[in-house]
Amino acid sequence: MTATMPTDGVGITALDSAAGLPDGWEMVIGLEVHAELATKTKLFSGARNEFGGEPNRHIDPTTLGLPGSLPVLNEKAVEHAIRVGLALNCAIQPSVFSRKNYFYPDMPKDFQISQYDLPIDGEGWLDLPNGKRVGIERAHLEEDTGKSTHVGGSGRISGAEYSLVDYNRAGVPLLEIVGRPDLRSAEDAATYVSELREILVAIGASDGKLEEGSMRVDANVSVRRTGDPFGLRCEIKNVNSLRSMRRAIDYEAARQIDLIESGGRVRQETRHWDEASGRTLSGRSKEQAEDYRYFPEPDLLPVVPDPEWIERIRATLPLLPAQRRARLAGAAGVPATEASVVIAVERHLDDLAVGAIEAGADPLRTLTHVEHNLAVEGADKLTARAFAALVTMEVGGQLTATQTKAVLAELIDGGGDGDPRAIASAKGYEAMDSGSLEGAIDTVIAANVDQWERFVADPAVRGKLSGFFIGQVMKATKGKADGKAVTAYLQQRAGG
Amino acid sequence: MSGTAAALAADVRAGRRTARSVVEEHLAAIGAGDGEIHAFNLVTTDEALAQADAVDAKVARGEDPGPLAGVPVALKDNLCTRGVPTTCSSRILEGWRPPYDATVVQRLAAAGGIMVGKTNLDEFAMGSSTENSAFGPTRNPHDTSRVPGGSSGGSAAAVAAGFAPLALGSDTGGSIRQPAALCGVVGLKPTYGRVSRYGLVAFASSLDQIGPFAATVADAALLYDVIAGHDALDSTSIPEALAPTAPGVATGVDGLRVGIISEMLDGSLAPDPDVARQLRAAAAALTAAGAEVDEVSVPAAIYGLSAYYLIAPAEASSNLARFDGVRYGLRVDAPTTGEMQRRSRTAGFGPEVKRRIMLGTYALSAGYYDAYYGKAQRVRTLIMRDFDAAYERFDLLLSPTSPTTAFAVGAKSDDPLTMYLNDVYTIPSNLAGHPAISVPFGTGDDGLPVGVQLLGPNLSEATMLRAAAVLEEAAK
Amino acid sequence: MLVMADRITRDEVAHVARLALLDLAEDELDRYTEQLAAVLDHAGDVEALDLADVPPMAHPMPLRNVFRADELTPALDRDEVLSQAPAAEDGRFRVPAILGEEP
Ligand SMILES: [Mg+2]
Ligand SMILES: [Zn+2]
Repeated sequence: MTATMPTDGVGITALDSAAGLPDGWEMVIGLEVHAELATKTKLFSGARNEFGGEPNRHIDPTTLGLPGSLPVLNEKAVEHAIRVGLALNCAIQPSVFSRKNYFYPDMPKDFQISQYDLPIDGEGWLDLPNGKRVGIERAHLEEDTGKSTHVGGSGRISGAEYSLVDYNRAGVPLLEIVGRPDLRSAEDAATYVSELREILVAIGASDGKLEEGSMRVDANVSVRRTGDPFGLRCEIKNVNSLRSMRRAIDYEAARQIDLIESGGRVRQETRHWDEASGRTLSGRSKEQAEDYRYFPEPDLLPVVPDPEWIERIRATLPLLPAQRRARLAGAAGVPATEASVVIAVERHLDDLAVGAIEAGADPLRTLTHVEHNLAVEGADKLTARAFAALVTMEVGGQLTATQTKAVLAELIDGGGDGDPRAIASAKGYEAMDSGSLEGAIDTVIAANVDQWERFVADPAVRGKLSGFFIGQVMKATKGKADGKAVTAYLQQRAGG
Repeated sequence: MSGTAAALAADVRAGRRTARSVVEEHLAAIGAGDGEIHAFNLVTTDEALAQADAVDAKVARGEDPGPLAGVPVALKDNLCTRGVPTTCSSRILEGWRPPYDATVVQRLAAAGGIMVGKTNLDEFAMGSSTENSAFGPTRNPHDTSRVPGGSSGGSAAAVAAGFAPLALGSDTGGSIRQPAALCGVVGLKPTYGRVSRYGLVAFASSLDQIGPFAATVADAALLYDVIAGHDALDSTSIPEALAPTAPGVATGVDGLRVGIISEMLDGSLAPDPDVARQLRAAAAALTAAGAEVDEVSVPAAIYGLSAYYLIAPAEASSNLARFDGVRYGLRVDAPTTGEMQRRSRTAGFGPEVKRRIMLGTYALSAGYYDAYYGKAQRVRTLIMRDFDAAYERFDLLLSPTSPTTAFAVGAKSDDPLTMYLNDVYTIPSNLAGHPAISVPFGTGDDGLPVGVQLLGPNLSEATMLRAAAVLEEAAK
Repeated sequence: MLVMADRITRDEVAHVARLALLDLAEDELDRYTEQLAAVLDHAGDVEALDLADVPPMAHPMPLRNVFRADELTPALDRDEVLSQAPAAEDGRFRVPAILGEEP
C-alpha cells in the first residue's frame, strides 16, 4: 500500500524501511499542517496570491504592513476554511482574529494575524484508509509570511552574510490544521498527510503541493513506554516531502528513545530536519524572548457564519475519498480498507470500477484489474461499459488472463470506449473449446512423463509443476489456453 | 485670514476668486507666522499650488470643483500622503514618502480641498501638548509660551493662527478636542467607524478616529461631510449612508434634552473653577435656546482614564512593532537583523513613545493579559452601558473638554500621569466609540480659550453640530 | 474576580524592553520602572468595580462578517516601495544576518 501513496515528487517507494522501535516503546505523533488556500488574492488585501514570480511584485500597503494600512478579510478564504472544516467533520464556529506578536523580518507588521482562542473550525476527525481515526483539534485561518534568501556563507540562514526579503508570499491565506496526537507510526503520519492532501485538492481548497510549500507539515513527536502517559514532545520543522517527514519522524523517535535509555531527558523544543545529514537539529537559540502577547485584532471583526451559508457550502462538496472508498467497497462487497479499494480511489478509478460493477462485471476481477493493470496513462478514459464487457468476457472464459490484458491495453490505446469483442476477434483470440484444450494438455503430458509422474505422486510440488505445464500448453496453443482451465484439468486428471 | 471655508469655497466655485489666490494668501500667512508657531512639519507649497490650479481649471471648464473648492486644509502628519513625507513627528519615519494616500486625503482632493502642509503632533499622536515631537513643540497662537494641546496641536494651531480654515486631526483619547479647546477652535471626533482610518498611521486601532478642525461649527460640518462615509478598505467602517450634517447646523436645539455629566462638573473629576464657570454658562445658553438641561451621572466614566492607559498602549505596542528598520524609515546598522532592529527602534522612538510601548507590552505579556488588557476591555463595556443609560434620558451630554486652559510649555512634561489627566473628559467617548465635539466657549481667568464638550450616542453628529452652533452663537 | 498584579519590578521592565526590542540605559530603566508603576497604580482604581459578569468590549461597533470579494486590486510599484527601503538588492529588501529561524 505504501508503494502507491502519492509521492509529491519524491518517491517514497525507495524509502528505507523504518527501523522498528525497541520493544516496549511507542511513538506519538501529532501533525500541524499549514495549507495555502486557493484564492486569487491574499487573506487581507487584493494583492495576487501566486507562487513564484519576480520578488516583491504581489505587494500593496497591507501586504507590506505599511503604516496606515488595514486588513479586510477575503470572503473566499473563509469559504475555503468552512469547506475544509466540513470535510474534516469539524464544528464550524464563530471565530475571532488575534495578533501574534513577534519580531521577524519576514513578517511585515512584526505580528501575524491568526485565529487564536476562537478558530473557525473546531473539533473534527479524519478517517485514514486503513480504518484508523485521527482527531482534528482545530483549523484556523492565518496569514503567511514573506521569504528570505540568505546570501553568503552556505546560502543557509546560519553563516549567511546578509539576507534579502521578498514579501510576495506575505499575506497569502493559510489554514493551519492541527491534528490530535493520535498517530503511532511514521507510515500512518504519511498516510494522514496524503489523505488530507487528497481532501484539500478534491474540495478545491488548496493545491496541496508539499514541494512548493503550499502544504507544510510540522510534526510533534514524542515517545513513551507503552502504557505510560505522553512524553515531552519536539516539534520537527522543515519537512518538505512525505519521504523526509517519515525519515524525520523515525529519526526523532529513535533519538528520543536513545536519549532516555541512556539516562537523559527530552527537552521540549523545535528541531529542524536536515535532509543532507538525515538528522533533526536543535533550533538555534533565539535572539529574543518568546512571548507572543496575543490579543484580539482590533482592525478585524468576528466571523459568524450563518447556518444557511454553511449549508450552501456543504451542498457544493464533492464525494470525499473516504466516501468514495465506502461506495466502491459497498458495490464490490469488500471492506473499505481493502488495498485494491484504497488504490482505486487514490488513482481516481473508483467511478470506473463502480460503473463496471454496476454494469454487471465481476467485482473482484474488476478490482484486480484496477489494482494491477490500470496504472497506465489513459486509464481514466476507459468507459465502464467497455471495461465491464471485457471483464465479463474474461470471467466467462472467452478470453484468457493474458488475452484480457492485451485487449485492455488496446482498448485504452484506442481511447477507452472501443468494443472488446471486436478487438479480441481482430487479434484472433478465440477461446479454445474444452475438448481441444484437453487434447492439447494430454499431448503435453505424454511428452513429459517424468514431470507428470511427480505431479501425480506429490501434491506439494504441484504448484511449481503446474507452472511448467501451463507454459508448455501455452506454447502448444500459441497462448490461446486459459491458465486457470489448464490447472483445473491437471488437478482433475491427477485425481485430486 | 479672510473668510470661512464655506465662504471661500462659494467664491471659488462661483469664479469670484481663484483657488490660487486663496492658497497663495494662506501660504503667505504660514510663511509669515509659522516660524514662531511651528504648526507645520512641512508646507507643501508646490503641491498646493498645483492642486489650486487644477481646481481653477475645473471652474474654467464649467465642471463642479467640489464643495471644498480651493479651501486650504492642513493635514496632521500621521495621515499618509503619496510621495509627500509623512513623519508622525518621529525620527523613525523621518523622510518616509508613503506610496499611497489615506482615504481621507483622496476624499479631500476629490472635494477640491487643497493640502497646504503636514502638521506637527506629539510623536505617533502620543501626548496632550505637542511637546513630544521629534521636531520641536508647537506653540499656542493665543500665547506662544503655552502649549496648543495635543496630540493634534499643529492642526489646531494652524486653524487658530489662520494658516488654514480647515485641518484634519486624529483623536484617540481627546487628541482633536483637547487642542481645539486650548486653541479656541472647533474640533469634532466622529463616531468610531464614520471616517475611514485607512492611511491613518495607527496609534490605538480600536480608539482612533480622524476628524475636522475648523474656526466655525458650520465649517467643521462641511469638512466632516466630505470625509465621512463607508470605505471598503477599513473593516470597521460603518456601512450605512447618512444625510449630510451641514444643511441642518443652524436649526437650533428647541426641545433637545442635554445632560451635564455631574462627575465632570463638581464631582471627583471637577475642572478648574474658571472652566466650571464657563461650563455652567454654556448650559444656561442651551437652556435659553430652548433645550432642557439637567445633571446626569455617568459613574463608570471616572474609570475611563485607567482603562485607556492600558488599552491604548497595548494596541500601540503592537501597531508600532513594524517600525523595525527593515522596509522603510530609520535604520541604525548592526551586524545582525535583531540588533539592527533594536538599535533602530531605540534611536528612532522618543521617550513618551517608548514609555507607552513598554506599558502596552507589559499589559499584554504572559500572565498579565487578564489583569490588565482584559480587565480594561470590561471597564469599557461598563462605560458604554452607563452612557447608554444616560442616553435614554438625554439626547446629548455636556462636559468640559479639558480641566484647564492651555498650560505653559514644559509645565507637565516631566510627569506622565499628570499629563494623562488632561484627557480625563475626552477619553470616555473614545472608549465607547461615541462622537464628541469641542466648541470654544469664552475664556478662563488667564484670558485663554475654554472649550466645552458635547457628547452623543453613535451617529449623533448632526444633533451635536446643531447644539454646538447654538453655543458658538451664544459665545459671540 | 481578577486581581491586578503586584507592583512592576525593574527586572520586569528590563524583560519588557527586550520583548519590545528597545535598549534602555540604567537610568532609563529606573525612570520607566517608577513611571510605569505610577500609571499601573492609578489603573488599580478599577479594582473597585465588579467586572465578573461584564463581557470585554473589543470593538465599539458591533459589526460582523465584514468581507471583501476575492478580486485583484493594483499592486504597488516595486521601485517606489524599494526607494523608501533602508537597503535593497535584486528587487528585495536587504537586511543584516538573521540569527535564528522564524519562531
Ligand atoms: Mg503552529
Ligand atoms: Zn500557523
